[in-house]
Amino acid sequence: MGTGKFSSPEAMRGALEASGTEMVTVALRRADLSGKKDPFANILDFIDRTKYLLLPNTSGAMNAEEAVRLARLAAAAGLPKWVKLEIHPDPRYLLPDPVETLKAAEVLVSEGFTVLPYINADPVLAKRLQDVGVATVMPLGSPIGSNRGLETRAQIRIIVEQATVPVVVDAGIGAPSHAAEAMELGASAVLVNTAVAVSHDPNRIAQAFKLAVEAGRTAFETGLAHERETASATSPLTGFLDV
Amino acid sequence: MSFVAEFNALPLGTLLERACAASPAAAEGSLGRSHLALADFANLIAPGATALLESMSQRSRALTQQRFGKVIRLFAPLYLSNECINNCRYCGFSRDNPILRVTLTPSEVRRETEALLQEGFRNILLVAGEHPKFVSASYLAECVRAAHEVMPSCSLEVGPMPVDEYRPLVEAGADGLVVYQETYDRRVYDDMHTSGPKKNFDWRLETPERAYAAGFRRLGIGALYGLADWRSEAICVAAQAQYLLRVCWKAQVTISLPRLRPCAGEFQPLTHMTDRDMVQLVCAFRLMFPDIGLVLSTREPARLRDGLMPLGITLMSAGSHTEPGGYTGAGNENLHHTRKGRIVELEPDELAKAGPAARATEQFNIADSRSASEVAGQIRRIGYEPVWKDWDQALAS
Repeated sequence: MGTGKFSSPEAMRGALEASGTEMVTVALRRADLSGKKDPFANILDFIDRTKYLLLPNTSGAMNAEEAVRLARLAAAAGLPKWVKLEIHPDPRYLLPDPVETLKAAEVLVSEGFTVLPYINADPVLAKRLQDVGVATVMPLGSPIGSNRGLETRAQIRIIVEQATVPVVVDAGIGAPSHAAEAMELGASAVLVNTAVAVSHDPNRIAQAFKLAVEAGRTAFETGLAHERETASATSPLTGFLDV
Repeated sequence: MSFVAEFNALPLGTLLERACAASPAAAEGSLGRSHLALADFANLIAPGATALLESMSQRSRALTQQRFGKVIRLFAPLYLSNECINNCRYCGFSRDNPILRVTLTPSEVRRETEALLQEGFRNILLVAGEHPKFVSASYLAECVRAAHEVMPSCSLEVGPMPVDEYRPLVEAGADGLVVYQETYDRRVYDDMHTSGPKKNFDWRLETPERAYAAGFRRLGIGALYGLADWRSEAICVAAQAQYLLRVCWKAQVTISLPRLRPCAGEFQPLTHMTDRDMVQLVCAFRLMFPDIGLVLSTREPARLRDGLMPLGITLMSAGSHTEPGGYTGAGNENLHHTRKGRIVELEPDELAKAGPAARATEQFNIADSRSASEVAGQIRRIGYEPVWKDWDQALAS
């Protein structure tokens, strides 16, 4: 789960709980990295780190240098050495910069960070990042906050098929059905924020996402039935041959 | 191609005709589109669209929540200097106004910054009049450094400068630059700016592009409503925003909506924009630009600000002072007049009259005098989170 856009830290805390999430990402630019316990930048105080793995993110960084600097600062401030690597130079669509992301991933992996990069749904980039040693790849379904679901479905399918690390579908998941669809495709997790944070009832919708993720995962593990153009009778006409 | 060329080619007459005469049905058509053109924007600011104001507001609120969340970011202006070389008929800082002037030293700027930090602000806007002698590029760089050491985000609103003078300000840690064109009507612009370098309309119009070239990553634009017809101004602002989004693609663009306030010099607004117009314009900007920050200052009264909060506004100032030294009294012992670029000490009787509480003259009277924490409380009451820190020093190159 992401932690932006909530109407209050308390609302965020409730929704995290209801979602059953295991990992929570926070924008470092909103947190206090000075170690001075800034009461006006205290978002981290509302995240129970005994319940969730805290995943600092580099949102706001426009290039590799800035992202690396932020990640190092966070580690120095005592945050986990995990990082959601997010580099989007374009503040409008927030689309990730593939060149800078790969550069930053190389540096951060070499410094011992566990790197979870946010990427466009580009299978080659995903492989290049896996070669560098990232812990996951996180392709977008559609732009951040757009709620448009898996517009990149075909590419995500290839990424999943070729993956040697867990695939997390990040961004654009606007409805529980989108989350279920990603999980059915074989994603290991989804990352959800806007759809929960701006809901008039974040707790209930978070719970709906939880159920959808579980349903999608179960379906993936069980195997989905094949789609076909024509009807297929549940009592087949040639059944007598088997008797 | 700079925006000046595009601006000169803008079919403003046709657009303005629409903005005056579009039917409610035309506005409704534009409201239903997911990607709006300037013609749609004109339809939405038309008098005919006021019948749709409620549905425009609903859609504007939903778009804002989706893109920015249920949050309002807060900032405060910090005035460095009220010296100015320009004469602008509507501005209290005008060169020939015999006001009490002062320019804060960098250490006084630091004191003011620390006072704002205490209030909760982690984002400030450093403001100064345009004066090459008192407000030089190197002075501004020193002020940015002094503030940025302790303040995560510092933006600037100062006289237009060339790219090579902006670069040291970015290096010192400034991340945003705000410049209002004031009016996009060349005739009114010429009439309002009676002397000084600000007379150069095109130089000012190209300022955001120069700021972007120098590395600023937040660009603020706007018109000062009250000089020319608001609909005409709004169309020009929208055209400039469209241009900046396309050309300065890495910058976060913000639009401010200042209306003229009473100030020294007794200038009366030439045109009128009602509160209803203001609401309509906020919604129209949001529908046209789902991703642009919309800024509202303490020029507006509390009631209107509270009403506008959830409709599309993303960034608000609070507890503002519009005079140098307003937060701590810094610089009050150096008040003076300035004539022909020279400091003129106050006469003894003038000093006596001003008394120990004398302070520099403010740029304009603010209308919402609530403290920062009161405004934050109001944001919480409407079910939003006040966000103070949304930027980290580490992000500044």
